[in-house]
Amino acid sequence: MNIHTIADHLNSLADNSETGMDFDCQPISGEVDVLQITLLGREELPIFLSVTDDQILCISYLWGSEEVKTECVNTMHESMLEMNIPMPLSSFSKIGDKYVVFGALSINSTFDDIEHELAVLSNNAIEVIDDMSDYLL
Amino acid sequence: MSIFKKIMTAIRGGASEAGEAIVDANATRIFEQEIRDAENHLTKAKRDLTGVMAEQMSADREVTRLQREITEHEGYVAQALEKGDETLALAVAEKISTLENDLAAQQQALSSFSGNADRLKELVKKSERQVTEHKRQLSMVKTTESVQKATSAITDNFSSSNSKLLSAKDSLERIKAKQQKFDDKMKAAEILESENSDSSLTAQLKAAGIGSQENSANSVLDRIKAKQK
Repeated sequence: MNIHTIADHLNSLADNSETGMDFDCQPISGEVDVLQITLLGREELPIFLSVTDDQILCISYLWGSEEVKTECVNTMHESMLEMNIPMPLSSFSKIGDKYVVFGALSINSTFDDIEHELAVLSNNAIEVIDDMSDYLL
Repeated sequence: MSIFKKIMTAIRGGASEAGEAIVDANATRIFEQEIRDAENHLTKAKRDLTGVMAEQMSADREVTRLQREITEHEGYVAQALEKGDETLALAVAEKISTLENDLAAQQQALSSFSGNADRLKELVKKSERQVTEHKRQLSMVKTTESVQKATSAITDNFSSSNSKLLSAKDSLERIKAKQQKFDDKMKAAEILESENSDSSLTAQLKAAGIGSQENSANSVLDRIKAKQK
């Protein structure tokens, strides 16, 4: 499983996706192969997928630290921690100064698993921004 | 220091910037080598275990065989005594004593093999746990590095394509607007659909002879006939 087989699969899904989502994949070159996946109608919140030795990481960037209202940082962190378990398949993290929501899959996952993960992750990202928007500028 | 702490310290310390490794590449390679060595030991231990278990089974079979033979010969002694043949009984008893010595030796071997097998099984389990743990730690280091490298690739891509990153709220608004537009389209299509079904209702009414009727030849004839009267 590498980003190219995943891209080929997602691009070939077209109208046959199990999740009703349209995927568009664009590889990004760099020291590590990254696949930028956009979902139709949600181009503003792409998902970045990378493959390591033992897992497939799907990351969606939520907001930067500078977007959080200073007086709300702690409350927001607590809300995020509390939401972490109920939120299906995804978890919160922070990369540099960016808050992210991500899902990690086993390298042995099926294409269906990956597609499901991406759809759920995208839904989670949108819902999280909506739910946390009170804390954001 | 645990790998977890090392990673946290490194990230806090600003190693999150691209190019700076969490644990230097050489250390990672050494760690990978250690895991491979441990896996080799594990394979060897498993092979040894198979050998010991085979010997254990063979000793077990031997013990059963000797026990059966002893019982058999004890029967012969009894029979010889019944026939009053003391000499024969003694000869058989000697044979039994040899068998008993063999049995004792085999039983000792069996218990030694069993002990070895148990010890090896424990060792294999311990090694397996250790390899799994090492792999988990290595995965943490590698994943952290991979995420850093991926992040720099993503950042480079964004800055090179000059696309400005929207704020989370703006992104959400745009997505919602698109969703709304889509929903509106669906609704419009639904309305159109229902209008179409309205016209089909008219057709049904007509068929049932309700509402305005089309001029049929008969109705024209009736009308003209009525005028002639």
